[in-house]
Amino acid sequence: MSAAYEMIVGLEVHVQLKTRTKAFCRCSTSFGDPPNTNTCPVCLALPGALPVLNERAVELAARAALALGLEVHERSIFARKNYFYPDLPKGYQISQFDRPLAERGALAIGGGRSIGITRIHMEEDAGKSVHDRFPGFTAIDLNRAGVPLIEIVSEPEIRSSAEAGAYLRALKEILSYAEVSDVSMEEGSLRVDANVSARPVGETALRTRTEIKNLNSFSNVERALELEFARHVSVHESGGTIVQQTMLFDAHKNEVRGARSKEGSHDYRYFPEPDLPPLVLTSEWIQGVRYGLPEFPAARRARYAASYAMGETDAEVLTSSRALGDYFEKVASAAGDPKLAANWVMGEVSAALNESETEIGAFAVPPAALGELIALVKNGALSNTAAKTVFATMLKEGGTARLIAERDGLLQVGDDSALVAWIDEVWAEHPDEAARFAGGERKLQGVLVGFVMKKSKGRADPKKVNQLLGARAGT
Amino acid sequence: MSATPESVLHDGAAAIAAAVREGRMSPRSVVEASFARAEEVDAGPNGLNCILSSDLNSSLHAVESAPVGGALAGVPFVLKDNIATTTLNTSCGSKILEGYVSPYDSTVARKLRAAGAILVGKGNMDEFAMGSSTEFSAFGPSRNPIDRTRVPGGSSGGSAASVAAGIVPIAFGSETGGSVRQPAAFCGVVGVKPTYGRISRFGLVAFASSLDNIGVFGRTVDDAARAMEVVSGDDALHDATSARLAAPELRTDSRDLAGVVIGKPKEYFPASLTPAMRAHCERAIDALRARGAEIRDVSLPHTDLALPVYYIIAPAECSANLARFDGVRYGLRMEGEGLRGMYEATRSTGFGTEVTRRILLGTYVLSAGYYDAYYRKAQDVRALIAKDFTDVWASGVHALFTPTTAAPAFTIGAISDPYEMYLCDLFTVSANLAEVPAISVPIGRIDGLPVGGQVIAPKFDERMMFRISYALESELGQAAHT
Repeated sequence: MSAAYEMIVGLEVHVQLKTRTKAFCRCSTSFGDPPNTNTCPVCLALPGALPVLNERAVELAARAALALGLEVHERSIFARKNYFYPDLPKGYQISQFDRPLAERGALAIGGGRSIGITRIHMEEDAGKSVHDRFPGFTAIDLNRAGVPLIEIVSEPEIRSSAEAGAYLRALKEILSYAEVSDVSMEEGSLRVDANVSARPVGETALRTRTEIKNLNSFSNVERALELEFARHVSVHESGGTIVQQTMLFDAHKNEVRGARSKEGSHDYRYFPEPDLPPLVLTSEWIQGVRYGLPEFPAARRARYAASYAMGETDAEVLTSSRALGDYFEKVASAAGDPKLAANWVMGEVSAALNESETEIGAFAVPPAALGELIALVKNGALSNTAAKTVFATMLKEGGTARLIAERDGLLQVGDDSALVAWIDEVWAEHPDEAARFAGGERKLQGVLVGFVMKKSKGRADPKKVNQLLGARAGT
Repeated sequence: MSATPESVLHDGAAAIAAAVREGRMSPRSVVEASFARAEEVDAGPNGLNCILSSDLNSSLHAVESAPVGGALAGVPFVLKDNIATTTLNTSCGSKILEGYVSPYDSTVARKLRAAGAILVGKGNMDEFAMGSSTEFSAFGPSRNPIDRTRVPGGSSGGSAASVAAGIVPIAFGSETGGSVRQPAAFCGVVGVKPTYGRISRFGLVAFASSLDNIGVFGRTVDDAARAMEVVSGDDALHDATSARLAAPELRTDSRDLAGVVIGKPKEYFPASLTPAMRAHCERAIDALRARGAEIRDVSLPHTDLALPVYYIIAPAECSANLARFDGVRYGLRMEGEGLRGMYEATRSTGFGTEVTRRILLGTYVLSAGYYDAYYRKAQDVRALIAKDFTDVWASGVHALFTPTTAAPAFTIGAISDPYEMYLCDLFTVSANLAEVPAISVPIGRIDGLPVGGQVIAPKFDERMMFRISYALESELGQAAHT
């Protein structure tokens, strides 16, 4: 039955900008401080206090907009969005309304699909109402009041819960690459509201939508969309009408229910914020922000494929964060072998990161040092096994690969006379195997190489040992 | 040889600062004289009621730390009750902020303290600066020192009266549509509204942010100029609408207006203007001519639209600005049924009739479906009003001369119709809409009641405005007060 319907979704994503101070005052934005400690006359809305715009917030908002391909307007206007709520100290939120910072962009979500982005505007966060701390009272924490946000509004072009998930993951990846936000749903620096409606396939007009709030993870967004879509379909099928309203997702009960407040009926009485002049950005300034943008994951993956001949899966792993990609590229260049570098970063480095629960940015082995280690493997100075031992030492003690390998006697020995001496000793100690091998029993070569490796404590170059043994078999 | 504080209080800010700087007078004695004068005229059932809060100990304490070398060393001053100070209350003449003390100083207060001036009181005002008579104060009306049966004007009536009564030589008010110039005219003192952005609004409790200005009162043009110089200037760190300009030098020794072209806009001299008022204006214009100015008839064709535009924009902005008085964080809180009940009880108890009227009006004009018809259209017309001024300046006119008000101070209680009260701002409101500087200077008396003449200048040309005012004051001499 529901196969005859398609899901129509538009997402509104609030992203907290990574500034040290708030949007309109110099209070700290740090998360988790004691309630109401990061406040001042401005963000407490004391009588007579005035907002002054944080320029860093504008820069980060513009970065986000340019990263998502939006046009950043040279002139945008702050507006007051008026409503009463105890955690909204001024009785209005400073936002942008009919003249937002940026408009018209798009986000590729894979599979050749791209979702239009309608607009990005700047605004300030409200405080936090705490309902369960003091029985019979609501407590207000205004540490968050005035923290700078952008709201990213998509076109209603998302057609499934999976696409919604893909959109959010792609958005998060780009915003994280652009370093405009921590994009952490846990800390509330990324929040999602979803507008959803259902219509029979083939119908062109949009039907009444509902807005789902209280979505605290990407998977909950997908679950809530499925539930609400199913509700829409069943209402349509039974001849009922969908009421435009705000819905809340309850993850524990796995249900979407109508919010009690009449959110949808609000008249916010927007008007231009007279305390802030229009935000005027020169085209040179915007261009400067554009030049400062990093290479984004899609472009990076394409470059890895082209210049490193790297497969899609490896490229995706290595570009999963900007820092990991940066690390890999430095290792590859120092090692002179992208393939080996990729294997090491995805193998040993990832394992070490997992084990120590650290981020690549704080990793103990600098990329140049790892590159040197890999180069030693590549030119045969270290065996793979020895390299892993050296790497473990570098992790623990720091230092450079060559010095550690020399100190610990781990460098491979490729010198013929030393190898021949070891082989002679093996011949003397294992006369039976040696005789059978010399007699043509070639399958014993592996056993003999093992004896030589053991005798050399892993330092013998196995390739050369094989060559030398081969020569003896031939005689 | 040494002047007594009482006489110096009358001589003005310049004389006090000079005497204190030169060690001829102790700032403590000046402050005590100021308090003595307030005691004499302000208190009691027939007192002026122009000062809402004061504290001799705190003022004397301020004397201890005040720099004696400052431009206003030892000069006592009054701030309107809507300008935030860490000493004394900042109640905005409202029950909703009764007893409220700001934890921070406004930029103006900070600059005045740094210049050595001593805060002696907070001036009575119409609640949240909404009114033209100071009758809408939650703490009772102020009286006009010239005639105590009359209003001092408003909304900065307490500040104007405290200067006129000789309690202080300078005081500070705020203007949204004429709230400094009109009481200055009614009380016979000088009142200045600077260019929008010239004086930081940081710490001025907002009424209508795009129209609000802090203004200055002085008994003389020179005192007003000195006070202006101290409080003007860039405050970009606290007020985004503050102009990025250093404080201008406003004092001048020149009393000559040779080469100055002064426009006389016909819209400010309507047929309905009383002969007495017209005669005083003509005498002032003759005085300007006598100093060498050329007087030219000009027109500001959109003047009649200023008041209606003002009464859309100002209430709209006020409806948002006063939303913060919600009983949650500070000020009055009345208990009620649930959150909404608390809001309703707090705000309907805390706000007076006129404030409530404007909040409702402003909420209405911003409502969905009405925004374009009212607020947006008002902004368009505001631009036309501003253009009237730039057109006049472009025609070679340096400043304008008009009456400040159509009539002198009225009797307390005489005006009960809100619209009639709004008409008090007829000649002053355009300058706020156009963001240009304007000053009211005493030009005479009608039946013993002071009237003022207004000089309006181009944006940020306060120097021209003061130059003309100095010359006018000098030429009129004692006639300005007869």
